[in-house]
Amino acid sequence: MTGAADDEEPTHAVIATRGLTKRYRGGQLAVDGLDLTVPAGSVFGFLGPNGSGKTTTIRMLMGLIEPTSGTARVLGRPVPRAARAVLPQVGALIEGPALYGFLSGRDNLLRYDAADPTADPRTRPGRVAAALDRVGLTAAAGKKAKAYSLGMRQRLGLAAALLQPRRLLVLDEPTNGLDPQGMREIRALVRELASDGTTVFLSSHLLDEIEQVCTHVAVMTRGRLVTQGPVAELAAGARGRLVVTTPDPADAARVLKERGATDLVIAGDRVTAEPPDQDPAEVNAALVTAGVRVRGFGLERGSLEDAFVALTGEGFDVAG
Amino acid sequence: MSRAETYAATGAAARAPRALWSLGLLRNELLTTFRRWRTLALLAVLAAVPVLVGVAVRIETGGGDPAGGGGGGGPAFISQITDNGLFLVFTAFAATLPFFLPMAIGVVAGDAIAGEASAGTLRYLLVAPAGRTRLLLTKYATVLVFCLAATLVVAVSALATGALLFPLGDLTTISGTRIGFAEGLLRALLIALVVAASLVGVAALGLFVSTLTGSGIAAMATTVGLLITVQILDQIPQLHALQPYFFSHYWLSFADLLREPVYWDDLLRNLGLQALYAAVFGSAAWARFTAKDITA
Repeated sequence: MTGAADDEEPTHAVIATRGLTKRYRGGQLAVDGLDLTVPAGSVFGFLGPNGSGKTTTIRMLMGLIEPTSGTARVLGRPVPRAARAVLPQVGALIEGPALYGFLSGRDNLLRYDAADPTADPRTRPGRVAAALDRVGLTAAAGKKAKAYSLGMRQRLGLAAALLQPRRLLVLDEPTNGLDPQGMREIRALVRELASDGTTVFLSSHLLDEIEQVCTHVAVMTRGRLVTQGPVAELAAGARGRLVVTTPDPADAARVLKERGATDLVIAGDRVTAEPPDQDPAEVNAALVTAGVRVRGFGLERGSLEDAFVALTGEGFDVAG
Repeated sequence: MSRAETYAATGAAARAPRALWSLGLLRNELLTTFRRWRTLALLAVLAAVPVLVGVAVRIETGGGDPAGGGGGGGPAFISQITDNGLFLVFTAFAATLPFFLPMAIGVVAGDAIAGEASAGTLRYLLVAPAGRTRLLLTKYATVLVFCLAATLVVAVSALATGALLFPLGDLTTISGTRIGFAEGLLRALLIALVVAASLVGVAALGLFVSTLTGSGIAAMATTVGLLITVQILDQIPQLHALQPYFFSHYWLSFADLLREPVYWDDLLRNLGLQALYAAVFGSAAWARFTAKDITA
């Protein structure tokens, strides 16, 4: 990392914010005292309901918005002050793609690349072609962008983020508007980039997407950071539920209650509950001893969604 | 930061901006602007004005006798067109400078930043990173090139129409002396440059308006609205004291280049006023744009 007096590397963080706050004119507090740390080499999921301040945070990190107070460092340098030195190493997709409809896909990328004063014009056509190829748009490169479908626009936006080798990719809802096949391709691309050592900062409203590709996660709600850490730790924090499938649900519920299970829910032949503090095998034996006919018995794994709902107290559109 | 550092060593980090590479954005901006359908339509309208004036004069005068009934923007010139096609160039400037030319500039300048903001492309240019000052300078330079291009389009169209419909030859200046055709052409070119320079102020004003709003249409409408307002106020005698500060006040002074000797006072006042507008509104645009939160 390039060094200057104010560039002392505090942590191994690619993004580090301290007390980052944005209050818009009119008094609305969009981001409130954010302390975010994104470790190098991570695929960092940034979660939160709409209006929770995710986009404002990303805009502050990219030097588009001046923070009201607090500091932000990207790649060890302060933003927005050192934004012009930092941003050539950052690829970004912010709030969906924005394209010049009257230009072809290729000309859009040529223009964005020309805007970067550190981009070599001699390698420009080659890099544009490679980026188009990487997102599968080579065949449509000559078409006017206004004729692109939402999925194609999204791919072109991603291609713009991949015009150079990057140390950090900031992707805001990268699979928005893509079909399932396209989503799989983008996830594979994110994993591939991460394995090259690129840190990926991924905001998404799709929890299963975060679970599939992210190593770390942060959750925001109403402008505040609720939690951050490795995905596995967060998901483990949400306890799994005990699920018993039986033709005798009433008897099963009675036995489970005797054994200390709480929050019992009976739905048809399924009984679910918060498991008691004992070996599940003992609970199962107790059910069978009491004459309950058990078809299925197991613990449902704690998901990120459970953790999320527990943290924010809000529902979340998982189906997307 | 083990992984990121290895990656940095492979070349992702070690890139510095180069002066020449910085001009790539200006080149791309010019290409983008002049390939745009809207720009070409504006230029086509400007090219059509001298053709219409030429055809109208030709029809009205029928045979060859100089009927001075026109009375349009530049009555001093219009009656002379039938004698010399070169006068169509001066007439065309007198007809387009009060409104058509600055309106075209207002559209392009007003859209410069606001258009990018409303399309959302501004945020991607800035994270590229184009740099706010560099982007603003690129936009202003492009608008100035458009001023010159628009003026030349009017001049060339007028010259071609004039040559086609009327005789060419020596011409009589406003002072009554006669100058050769080559000298006349030179004066026409000089006038085109002065007319282009007369638009520098509107261009800066439009750019400033463009940094104030996130809507390209609003910025264009505001700039053109300001233009019309100033043109009207310039006609009100009670505002006599203010009028020398209106950017359009000395616009028609370009005709002084057709005097013998050339009468420089108003020409220089015009150029000075344009420079003042460029400095004031250019600075205002810079101050606004470099401090603005980009939320579009």
